[in-house]
Amino acid sequence: MAKITMREAISQALWEEMERDEKVFILGEEVGVWGGTYAVTKGFYDHFGEKRVKDTPIAEAAIMGAAIGSAMTGLRPVAEMMTINFAFSAFDHIVNEAAKLHYMFGGQFRVPLVVRAPGGGGRQLGATHSQTPDAIFAHFPGLKVVAPGTPEDAKGLLKSAIRSDDPVLFIEHATLYQVRGEVPEGDYTTPIGISKVQRPGKHVTLITYSKMLELSTKAADQLAQEGIEVEIVDLRSLRPLDMGPVIDSFKKTNRAVIVEEGWQSFGVGAEVAARIYEEAFDYADAPVKRVAQKEVPLPYNRTLEQMALPQVTDIVKAVKEVL
Amino acid sequence: MNKEQYLSIYYQMVLIRRLEEEAAQLYQQGKIGGFLHLYIGQEAVSTGLISARKPQDRVITAYRDHGVAINVGIPAKLVVAELLGKSTGMSKGKGGSMHMADVEKNFWGGHAVVGAHLPIAAGLALGDQYAGTDGVTVCMFGDGATNIGYFHEAVNLSKVWKLPVVWVCENNQYGMGTSVERASAVSEIRRKADGYNIPNELVNGMDVMEVHQAAERVLEQVRGGGGPYFLEITTYRFRGHSMGDPERYREQEEVKCWEKEDPIGIYRDHLIFQQKIGETELADLERKVMAEIKEAVEFAESSPEPAPEALYENIYVDETVGG
Repeated sequence: MAKITMREAISQALWEEMERDEKVFILGEEVGVWGGTYAVTKGFYDHFGEKRVKDTPIAEAAIMGAAIGSAMTGLRPVAEMMTINFAFSAFDHIVNEAAKLHYMFGGQFRVPLVVRAPGGGGRQLGATHSQTPDAIFAHFPGLKVVAPGTPEDAKGLLKSAIRSDDPVLFIEHATLYQVRGEVPEGDYTTPIGISKVQRPGKHVTLITYSKMLELSTKAADQLAQEGIEVEIVDLRSLRPLDMGPVIDSFKKTNRAVIVEEGWQSFGVGAEVAARIYEEAFDYADAPVKRVAQKEVPLPYNRTLEQMALPQVTDIVKAVKEVL
Repeated sequence: MNKEQYLSIYYQMVLIRRLEEEAAQLYQQGKIGGFLHLYIGQEAVSTGLISARKPQDRVITAYRDHGVAINVGIPAKLVVAELLGKSTGMSKGKGGSMHMADVEKNFWGGHAVVGAHLPIAAGLALGDQYAGTDGVTVCMFGDGATNIGYFHEAVNLSKVWKLPVVWVCENNQYGMGTSVERASAVSEIRRKADGYNIPNELVNGMDVMEVHQAAERVLEQVRGGGGPYFLEITTYRFRGHSMGDPERYREQEEVKCWEKEDPIGIYRDHLIFQQKIGETELADLERKVMAEIKEAVEFAESSPEPAPEALYENIYVDETVGG
């Protein structure tokens, strides 16, 4: 096991898949000569050349359309949205084309593409550049949505996404790129649509994913000092959503807190809570709690921004409330 | 072209006309649901273009797609079956009028969101460029599509990347009920291609021979690595935008005036007077068309509805847990 950053994990997955399969190529804004806005594709242009590392105009619909069309011909494009906020400019192509073409034409078309999109708040980028709209994309059948929280999962899930014959939205968190973690040596994949218990515990089930896994782990460390053992289930994929480990854990702890960075209304927490009640109502010893972003556009001011984002203290408080 | 090819073009144009007339009746009988956009009046555009393409050339179009389906060689019975939503239809009854396609015949749909298929067409062309094959993508769209951002993103990208694509604007004078003059700052639509330094020309879309010859020449130019080309093909739809069109935006005199330019009549005269083909031979073909339509309707009406299981089929290629 090597300890590498999330950025290195994603970069390695891309590099290894491009070495493995000629059909895999990258396109997006500043992915080539610049080396990637978040330096994920640094060195790719020099090694793979401009045919396989394609700089595009700032035109997200064209990027997505080019990815969809080329995927339909059998290529495996990895399209980068500079941030997930810009994916709204290609929303139609992601949810209305990529997600539907296989179904709508009776299985004739395949769209084996990946959209990489970093998102999340906490960097004082203001309301339009700081969003966590994961739930919106997860709403659409036909699209797969994954959002890893560790370097190991990021590398394994990105490889699965590239090898998948379906369109996959791969959501990265811009403040996780420097986070380090153990990653297995050699080629491995992590299946899409499988949740994972990242930390065993017996008192409360904490369901989360992506950046909030980091905060939830810190909260669990604090709670452990008070003798509260939190079990953390990392969803890793939002669609398909694997509720198995969540329900298993809930039946053991009888209490659940869901932590997400996006807004609470109509969010991931709402979906997971509803499914817990539908599938394991009789096991509940307390109402399910949700920790999420305050219902405001994220402000620029650092203090205000942090007030709006979920904090470790919010998670600790929520866990104590369900106990 | 030999005589057989001349007659094949005539057969296709008449087949489209009669198919659309039949579809209008089936719609009025309540057998076709949703929207129905007829190609009556525009037959020469698609027929001229597609009769000039080579098998490796891809075709993609908007929602007025029945004509293209016939021209690429899909039997009328499969088109009618799709219109009736039957399991034997092109898209297994899941696509309907606006979503015909046949990958085997290099027909990539039938796309219902105005302009959204243009970036996808760029991607199809990228597929051929990437693979080093000599296929050209023919992308058809209406005049209305040239006012949406997708058009500009896709056309710009095609020039920047020198993609093998022929952009074909079927200018039928109206985007739904809004005339070109009321919707486009430039009423000579081909001039928009000048903005992207793409060679362009105007073609009379009521004359199938003129369309065919232009397409043949332009396809070879693009195939030779000349980058994208833009054709504005002038045409007119004799029927409303869709079956629910009150037609308040145009005078009947205008429609009658265009009907004198009926593309089938013009081509019929060409065959009789220029190609010296006898009227009895044409009448034989017309009877064959009627027989194919009759058979198509019988086939479609007697075809089974999709099985209930089909509801969940083809959402993903790789089915995974959850959902």
